[in-house]
Amino acid sequence: MKLVRKGVEEIDDRVGGASFLKRSLGKVFPDHWAFMLGEVALYSFVLLVLTGVFLTFFYEPSTREVTYDGPYPPLQGEQMSAAYESVMRISYEVRAGLVMRQIHHWSALVFVAAILVHMLRVFFTGAFRKPRDINWTVGFTLLLLGMGAGFTGYSLPDDLLSGTGIRIGYSALLSIPVIGEWAAFLFFGGEYPAPAFLRRFYALHIMIIPGLLIGAMTVHLMLVWRQKHTEFDGPGRSEHTVTGTRLWPNYGMKALGLMFVVFGTLSLLGGLFQVNPIWLYGPFVPYSASSPAQPDWYMGWIEGLVRLAPNWTEFSVFGYLVAEPFIPAVVLPGIFITIVALWPVLERRFTGDHEMHNLLQRPRDAPIRTALGVAGVTIMAVLTLAGSNDVLAKFLQIEVDTLNEVFKWLLLLAPPAAGYLTYRICRELRDRDEHPIRRPRRVRVRWNAEGGFDDVEDDAPPGAGSPGTRPEERV
Amino acid sequence: MTGRTPRASTGRSDARVFSRVVRWGLLIAVAGQVGFWLFGAATSAAITDEERHGQQLYETNCMTCHGVQGEGTEDGPSLEGSGPAAVDFMLSSGRMPLNQPQQQPVRQEPAFTRTEMDAMIAYVALLQPGGPEIPTVDASAGSVSLGQQLWLSTCSSCHGAAAVGDSVGGGQIAPSLEDLTDVQIAEAIRVGPGLMPPFSEETYTPHEVDSIVRYVDFLRDSDDPGGFGLGRIGPVTEGLAAFVVGLGIILLVIRLTGTKE
Repeated sequence: MKLVRKGVEEIDDRVGGASFLKRSLGKVFPDHWAFMLGEVALYSFVLLVLTGVFLTFFYEPSTREVTYDGPYPPLQGEQMSAAYESVMRISYEVRAGLVMRQIHHWSALVFVAAILVHMLRVFFTGAFRKPRDINWTVGFTLLLLGMGAGFTGYSLPDDLLSGTGIRIGYSALLSIPVIGEWAAFLFFGGEYPAPAFLRRFYALHIMIIPGLLIGAMTVHLMLVWRQKHTEFDGPGRSEHTVTGTRLWPNYGMKALGLMFVVFGTLSLLGGLFQVNPIWLYGPFVPYSASSPAQPDWYMGWIEGLVRLAPNWTEFSVFGYLVAEPFIPAVVLPGIFITIVALWPVLERRFTGDHEMHNLLQRPRDAPIRTALGVAGVTIMAVLTLAGSNDVLAKFLQIEVDTLNEVFKWLLLLAPPAAGYLTYRICRELRDRDEHPIRRPRRVRVRWNAEGGFDDVEDDAPPGAGSPGTRPEERV
Repeated sequence: MTGRTPRASTGRSDARVFSRVVRWGLLIAVAGQVGFWLFGAATSAAITDEERHGQQLYETNCMTCHGVQGEGTEDGPSLEGSGPAAVDFMLSSGRMPLNQPQQQPVRQEPAFTRTEMDAMIAYVALLQPGGPEIPTVDASAGSVSLGQQLWLSTCSSCHGAAAVGDSVGGGQIAPSLEDLTDVQIAEAIRVGPGLMPPFSEETYTPHEVDSIVRYVDFLRDSDDPGGFGLGRIGPVTEGLAAFVVGLGIILLVIRLTGTKE
C-alpha cells in the first residue's frame, strides 16, 4: 500500500491531477434506470472496436478475383472477390472468426438501437433543453455516424445482398442534381462496382468514421461531465443540485457491471443467433439480385421511402434531370435529419423558453412535444415496415400492392392519429391530481371546535428525501 | 425473272382462283373432320383401364374448370401442352384440385393417392398430348457449386437466397422450397407454375437441373453454422432479434438495477 501511495505521489508531483481525480471520483450520477441507456451504446461501441480489430487481421478490402478453395462446398472452385473470400475464410476457417464476426454485427445493430432509445429518452424528458442543446446535436451526429459505420461495414463482405444495398446507395448519390456524379465517384472511385470502392469503404469503416465517432463521443461525454446530469423532479430535488450515487465506488461498480451485461448479451447473440450468412447470399455479381433484400434495420426507413415513392418523383428542372431516387432517398431523409438535429432550436422558437433547465420533464408535462415525438416515431415505424413489405406480405398473406396502399394511408393517417391520442393521454395524466413522483398527498381529518371536519393537508410526503441523506452535487 | 406470264394467256381470273381455293379448302376441312372423328373413335375404343380410372377422376375433380377435353373454361386454363410434369407437379404438391375456381393454388396435402395421380396423368396425356414429361432427377449427379450459381442468378430473386420464399407482387408468392421433393423441384423448373417462367432443356440441361436440385437439397440439409438461423430471412428478422433479444435483455437488467421514482 505504501508503495502505491508513494508511486501516486511521485506521479502527482510531476503531472498533477490528483485533485481533479478526487473531484471526478466523487461525481454524482442519478440512479434512475433510464439514465443508463447511453452507457449501453458506449459499451457496445467498445465491443465493436475490440471485435473489429480482430476482424481487420483477416479481412482483405480488395475486388481482386480469386478462386475459392475453402471448406464450403457450394463455393468451391468459384471466382469471387478477395474481400468476399476473406470473409468466407473468417467465417469458416479462422478460429473463433465466425463468432467474432457475429458479435461485431450484433453489436452494431444494438449500438445504433441503444443510441436511438437513449435519444428518445432524452427527447421525451426534455433533457435536450438549454444548456444541453449542443449535446443533443452532438449525440445525433453520433447516431448518424453510427448509421454510416453500419452501412459501410454491411458492404464490406461484397456479397450479393450487400451489393444490392450499395447499388441503391450509389443510385441515391447519383440522383443528386448537378453534383450527383461527382459525389458518387468520390465514394466509389468510378462507375459501380468500381474496384476502388471497397478500399474507400474500408478506410471509412475502420478509420475515418470510428475516428469521428470517438471524437464526437469524447465531446459528448465531456459535456455531460461539465454540465452534469439532469434529474427528474421530486422531493429533495432542485434545478441547482443533482442527487444520486458517487462515481467511486458505487456507481463505478454498477457501470462496470452493466458493461459486462452488455458484453455478455452481445456475445450471447453472437454465439447463438446467426447474422448475415453471406455464404447463402453468394459473391456479388452485377447481373444477379437477391431476395428478400433489406438493409440493416437503421436504414429500413429510407428503404421504405424508396419503396413507397410514387413514380412521378422524376422530373427535369432547367434541363437537369432530377432522378427518381432523389426525393425519397435524399430530400426527405435530409429534411427529417435536419428537423431532428435542430429540434432544440426549433422548440425554443415556438415556446420562447430560453431558461436553463436541469430538472427533467415527464412526457406528460410537455404534451405537444410528446405528441410530435410519437408522431415522428410512428412515421419511422411505418416506413421501416414498408421497407420490409415483401417479407410482411408473405407472412401476413396479403398482396404487396395492397400492403403498399395500406402503408401510404398509414403514413398519412397514423402519425396524426397517434400524435393526437398521445396529446389527449398526456393532458389527461397531467390534469390528474395524483402525481406518482410526488406521491399522493396525505390528507388528515381533524374534528374542529364547531363540531365539523377540516381537511389538514400534509405537504411533506412521508419519508420524503430530506436533503443531505443522499450524495448531492451542485449543478 | 422468267415467270411474268400475262394473266390473259392462262385465261384465269382472280375470281376463279379464289373459288378454287375455297373449294379445295372445304374439301380438306371435311376430310379432316371425318378423319378426326374416325381417329377419335379409334382412340376412345382403345382406352386402357388406367386411363378409364383417370377419366372418372378427371370428370369428378377437374372437368368443371378445365373442360371436357381439357380445353379450358372461364374458370380454369386449357391443359394444352401442359404435359405429365405439370399434372404431376400440381397434383402431387396438393395445388390441385382447388376448392374454389380463381383461387391461387398453394401447396397442400395431396388429395389423391399415387395410383390415382398416375391415372389422371395418363388421361390428361390422352386429352391433350405433348408438354414436358416427368423429369428424371439424380441430385447426386449434380454439382452443388454450379447449382448455387444457377440458383443465385435465376431463382433467388424470387424464392430468396435461402429458398425460403418471398412475395413477388401481384398478390403472388414465390413459395418456400422447404417441402418439395427433388422431382417436384425439377418439374417446377420445366413447367414454370404460376408466374414462374418454364425452363426448357435448351435453357437448362438435365445436369444443370440436377445441380439446382442438389443445391436446394444442400440448403435444406445444411445446419446454420452461426446458430439459430432466424428463418434465414435476413436483415428483417435480424433487426427484430437485435431489439427483442439484445436490447430486451439489457433493458431488463437496467430496469432491475436502476431505480424508478
